[in-house]
Amino acid sequence: MDANIFQYGFMIRGLEAGIIVALIAPLIGIFLVLRRYSLIADTLAHVSLAGIALGLILGLNPVYTAIGVTTVSSMGIERLRTSKKIYGESALALFLSGSLALAVVLLGLAKGFNTNLLNYLFGSIVTVTEGDVHIIAILAASVSFLLFLFYKELIYISFDEESAKAGGIPTRFINFLLIALAALVVSISIPIVGVLLISALMVIPVVTALQFKKGFAKTILYAEIISVLSVIFGIIFSFYFNLATGGTIVLVMLAVFGIVLLI
Amino acid sequence: MQKVDHTKKIVEINNLSFSYGNEEVLRDITFDIHEGDYLGLVGPNGAGKTTLLKIMLGLLPSVKGQVKLFGTDLKKFKNWSNIGYVPQKATNFDINFPVTVGEVVLMGRYGKKGLFSKATKRDRNIAKKALCEVGMQEYENRLIGDLSGGQQQRVFIARALASEPKIIFLDEPTSGIDEKTQDEFYAIIKKLNQDLDLTIVLISHDIEKITKEVMHVACVDRTLVYHETPERFLKSVHSSEFVGENAKFTTHHHS
Repeated sequence: MDANIFQYGFMIRGLEAGIIVALIAPLIGIFLVLRRYSLIADTLAHVSLAGIALGLILGLNPVYTAIGVTTVSSMGIERLRTSKKIYGESALALFLSGSLALAVVLLGLAKGFNTNLLNYLFGSIVTVTEGDVHIIAILAASVSFLLFLFYKELIYISFDEESAKAGGIPTRFINFLLIALAALVVSISIPIVGVLLISALMVIPVVTALQFKKGFAKTILYAEIISVLSVIFGIIFSFYFNLATGGTIVLVMLAVFGIVLLI
Repeated sequence: MQKVDHTKKIVEINNLSFSYGNEEVLRDITFDIHEGDYLGLVGPNGAGKTTLLKIMLGLLPSVKGQVKLFGTDLKKFKNWSNIGYVPQKATNFDINFPVTVGEVVLMGRYGKKGLFSKATKRDRNIAKKALCEVGMQEYENRLIGDLSGGQQQRVFIARALASEPKIIFLDEPTSGIDEKTQDEFYAIIKKLNQDLDLTIVLISHDIEKITKEVMHVACVDRTLVYHETPERFLKSVHSSEFVGENAKFTTHHHS
């Protein structure tokens, strides 16, 4: 334990990327949780795995292909859900299993990506590059800006969609925007926590903050604090105890949730 | 203060029909709502009252016949903030939602503001004033879920008021609310109608109660059965021509 975490450039990059993701995930997560969409993050994460597989095969940066595939699919999910031809959660199940199947087939076609693939499944901040940090920062800033811009519409339709629509809010557009932003946030979070744990980052800090029973603005603030601290401590613990980063972050978040639930 | 022009038509409905798929819910409805009216829209459960309301709120755009709001055809109408809406509380609202009374009332401003704009100090003041109108100003920082049903109802009225509407629609506002609270509620509505000159449309299946409050009654049972003063409406409800329909109403009639 004599090593200093800040001696290593890759750890600093990991911390930077981790904090950015920690800031952005609950911002989108609060709207998903309150609209009973928690599982959409998980679905989009699996979809992004198909995007990553595509990137690995084509030799492109998997973050880009993941963003593309996930955003397009998010539109498909929202269309299926609003068409009312199938139940909303069935739409999620279709995309979740379908994209996983596609990812498996694609990865089977091109062998030899196994180590890489594990990084994407479980997250590995060691592999975060300088370029990744830049992409994540730019996308996170854009997502935050859009959320800020449409904050009042998002809170209104989350609370009472029918009244929002009656009041002249373009609910269809806002719903599409929300899911597209969720897709973006999922894709950019992958290098940090991995495909399998992304929804934890979007959901757990929000669910924890909800236990404080505060107004909307304060709930967001609490979720942000919980999220950032969990990511920082998760990364530090994983470094000193040589643990898997994504898993450690999520376990720290769950521990905080448990403590808040008890007090 | 502008004088209320009772001849001005706020809502005009001509030969309106509406179907969900093949099922016709409303047939050939024609009636007007004038400025300053206090209208009770009654009818048995499943009679199409809520559908009619949703059409007037622009939530169901494809209708047969003509609907005009403030003189403009429904399909071209844009000024939705002129229309306030108090939804049926129980079905539309998650009591664990983390939002304060002040935040809820401010939502009433959002439709009016348009995209890309933020709530200003002026919006907050209008929202505060709306809370005062319903006597809930002390609850501004409380969570909406912590209030009683009657208090929540008043907050939703304040939210509707915050958009500075000319007409307010209330959908079954008193369901699940006790008698005393209902009286307070009707007192507030009367004040909005008489002191603030708002046009009020109240949907209810409780005709006995509502006919004591409103100025006009429209009775819907797929088609418009009646549009009259409460006294004449009650007389006909209790006479033979309504016996068949009457059985379906909730009444507190003691005969």
